[in-house]
Amino acid sequence: MTSPPTIDREEKLSPAKLHATQYVIVLILGILIFGLWRLQVLDVDNYRSLAEANRIRKVPVLAPRGRIFDREGRLIVDNYSSTSCFLIRDQIRDADAELPKIALGLHIPIEQLQATLRRFAAAPKYQPIPIKQDITPDEQAFIAAHRDGLPELETLEEQRRLYPRDGFAAHLIGYVGEVSEAMLEKDSRYDFYQPGDVVGQSGVEATYDAYLRGTDGSRDVIVNSHGKEVGQLGQELATPGHDLKLTIDLDLQIAAEKALEGKNGAIVALDPHTGEVLAMVSRPSFDPNQFSVRVSHSYWNSILDNPDHPLLNKAIQAQLAPGSTFKIIMSVAGLEEGVAQDLRVNCQGGASFYGQFHACDKHHGGVDIHNAIPYSCDTFYYTLADKLGIDTIAKYAKSIGISLKTGIDLPQEATGTMPSTAWKLKTQHERWYPSEAISVGIGQGAVTASPIQLARALGGVASGGVFHRPHVVMPGQIDDQTQASIYESYPGAAEAKIALNADNWQIITDGMAATTTSGTAGVAHLEGIDFAGKTGTAQVMSHAGLAKAAKGRNTTPNAWFVGMTPRRNPDVVVAVLWEHGDWGSNSAKLGAQMVDAYVTKQRTKDHNLKLADTPAPKPEATPTPAAAPTASSTGQ
Amino acid sequence: MQRFSSYRDFDWPLLTLIAILSVISVLEIKSATAMTKFHGFDHKQIGFLAVGLFLMFVISLIDYHLLVDIVPWLYGIFLALLIAVPFVGTKVLGARRWIKLPGGVHFQPSEWMKLVLILSVARFFWPRAGRGLSWTDIGKAFALVGIPLLLVLKQPDLGTSLTYVPILAIGLFLGGIDWRKATILIVIFAAIGFGAVKSGKVLKPFQLARLTSFMDPNLDPKGTGYQIRQSMIAVGSGGLWGKGANQGTQTQGDFLPIPYTDFIFAALSEEHGFVGAVVVLMLYFLVLMRLIQNAQTASDIPGTFIVMGVVSVIVFQIAVNVGMVVDLMPVTGIPLPLLSYGGSSVLFTFLALGIVMNIRMRRFVN
Repeated sequence: MTSPPTIDREEKLSPAKLHATQYVIVLILGILIFGLWRLQVLDVDNYRSLAEANRIRKVPVLAPRGRIFDREGRLIVDNYSSTSCFLIRDQIRDADAELPKIALGLHIPIEQLQATLRRFAAAPKYQPIPIKQDITPDEQAFIAAHRDGLPELETLEEQRRLYPRDGFAAHLIGYVGEVSEAMLEKDSRYDFYQPGDVVGQSGVEATYDAYLRGTDGSRDVIVNSHGKEVGQLGQELATPGHDLKLTIDLDLQIAAEKALEGKNGAIVALDPHTGEVLAMVSRPSFDPNQFSVRVSHSYWNSILDNPDHPLLNKAIQAQLAPGSTFKIIMSVAGLEEGVAQDLRVNCQGGASFYGQFHACDKHHGGVDIHNAIPYSCDTFYYTLADKLGIDTIAKYAKSIGISLKTGIDLPQEATGTMPSTAWKLKTQHERWYPSEAISVGIGQGAVTASPIQLARALGGVASGGVFHRPHVVMPGQIDDQTQASIYESYPGAAEAKIALNADNWQIITDGMAATTTSGTAGVAHLEGIDFAGKTGTAQVMSHAGLAKAAKGRNTTPNAWFVGMTPRRNPDVVVAVLWEHGDWGSNSAKLGAQMVDAYVTKQRTKDHNLKLADTPAPKPEATPTPAAAPTASSTGQ
Repeated sequence: MQRFSSYRDFDWPLLTLIAILSVISVLEIKSATAMTKFHGFDHKQIGFLAVGLFLMFVISLIDYHLLVDIVPWLYGIFLALLIAVPFVGTKVLGARRWIKLPGGVHFQPSEWMKLVLILSVARFFWPRAGRGLSWTDIGKAFALVGIPLLLVLKQPDLGTSLTYVPILAIGLFLGGIDWRKATILIVIFAAIGFGAVKSGKVLKPFQLARLTSFMDPNLDPKGTGYQIRQSMIAVGSGGLWGKGANQGTQTQGDFLPIPYTDFIFAALSEEHGFVGAVVVLMLYFLVLMRLIQNAQTASDIPGTFIVMGVVSVIVFQIAVNVGMVVDLMPVTGIPLPLLSYGGSSVLFTFLALGIVMNIRMRRFVN
């Protein structure tokens, strides 16, 4: 092909059209410059703030929670810094090549990693998804070494709770977890919390959350469009939470944990002079470490499926028939009413009341108040209950704290029940029959109580009628106002005092002392220790017929024991509940272990102090005799 | 007729302007890719520029009249290639645009077709210029450009196909279309365009999405609307003086989409502000004025047509690309000549400028 020959190659176009083109270009560039001016000069402030909002993100710096110590300053709960690994999916370039690499480096089975990805498939691609918590230094090094090759991996540092292993003191301490929507909406105490905040969910962690948690700080970090941190602008430091000293004595706690090993039930030990709780155990237990932040599904299900309720703190939440331990309260009522002093029964293995036979486990023969307590004669207390009537029993029981919360500084304490005519009318809309009072006399029937209630009740009776609010946190650490408001949110019987005649006091405490020498807890006798207490064997099912209907459920009676040393104005009182422990004497042995552990420790301590204080041997001072009940009962 | 040519007549001021823009391009690509997995693209761009420069000198040695003489053959070959692309092409991101050559080089016929069309239009209007265009002439011109345009649109590659439009437009304008016929054509095409967008048959859904999100960027905050929005934030927050080289938070934080190709002007505006953006537009202005001067001094009609064809493509690409960045135009995926990263774009620009040099060197007739 060649160019058309008729055309003159020298011909030219008129310059006017080229000039027109120049004007068009000037016009176009002018419009573009106007566009730039509009954005960059007229609206610059708006776009600057949009750009800042795009890239600056406030990231909370979590305050480490306060540590928790025992009464002697020994560490129980600590924190550790933990690193979690996240995956930012829109940074993945080649999933087929990179995922196996990640699985290998972080020691996650590839199937698990793919399952995690599937679980978050619907989430936005730029949202980091957690793939492993608590990664090892070795795995952190892997992530750091592959920052360029595997930019999709991101780590986050957080302080996590380190609880004792094997569920040690788990119910007492509680656990932490993310605040739930229900808590945020319904509980005014969580008004200032935000979704995602980690808060105490039970035990001391919950009660003292505000004191333990500290104040979170924040960092202003620069992020890219995928939310990946690329720099930092400024930060506000976190204020760590306050450390907390418990009233718990770690040695006694260990003794209590050992005593209940392999059993179901609870042990609580407290100092009746002050109400300080020295030990608190509930079994079965759970591992609070598994709960910190997010509990795994399988672990949660295993807890929920356990018929023995591992999450229940039985020391304060069990509501069970107190059995014969209730006879101490009966004794107070009977003696103070002037009825029990002169009551004599001839026990022939039980007696009939209102046409129905009520059994005693032995033929005790002639029984009065002095041997009714140590031998736990049911016939005596059936008779006493009949003579007193339900409302008199209820009046005394209530004044001693039965059917009232103790006001301990732990969440969800149970109330228990003390039946009375008014109670029956109110709850069952029926009138009370005098025959119903008979079984209440031995702590059966409708009466229920928790270990902490019984420890406070019997410890208070032995202290001459002075009752203190049990508490697990050493006073004086928190300002009075906060402490008062915490106590206010846990109302109960708290501090109380009843008039208890000194003679009656002596009869009851001597009776409890005889229990551990020749009485029902004779097997738990402790040589050289003024050990007193009361056993209880409480039927789970009140009738043989009902027991048949139990369908495989354990109907072995619950074994109770409340013990103390010394018998009057005790320094320590221990309540033991062994579910299906069969006999009160079995629990008495556990109680004896506790008292022995307590006394051995005190004696060793006293001995050591004496050694330290006395350079030269000196004659021993005479031990002070038991003080009068009204005089010594407060404060010591 | 003997023509004299020498490198003394090479357009050195134009080459200087191009060199300045190329340096700006390399630096901005370096900044925009520094924090991404694409870092190192600045070095690749230098490679493309070197090849482009070499080809520019090579093509300036071949008399453009020879190119005009053989252009019907070239047109035939590239039309055949465009027809073949859907069958033998490599599929990248849902569109078949490339033909893989032995040795791993990807070859994009639609980009080369731009040059072929510039030459074809020059040849087509050469005998007709200034003699009054008949409807038959106009129809032939439309067929000449329209057939390859539709083939490219079908790939789908809206951006490249649109760049064929200014070649036809400038041809008709310089060829002497009268105002009456021009007005009729504009009205007809406005109506067809509007109908095509409405019917939803001609444009692919993503192309339509780009157009609608141009109307309201908040409609689709993570898709095309997101791109426009991030681009506007980048440009706007740059302010008068910019945030400084490598300091653009939108660019460095990966908020700005593809900041090294289609949105490179947004990256530049963020980091160097209104002042930097206007300086670059002024450089383009100088380049274009220089080109038009070359069109004026060209020794004959095809020379002028070719240079003006190059001008029209460059102006169109600047208008559409920068217009998109400042939210005056929809997102079409058209690169910014001389600034955007990419081998095809660089090669087209330098070959086109090489032909311009070629024409300038042969402006004196001996």
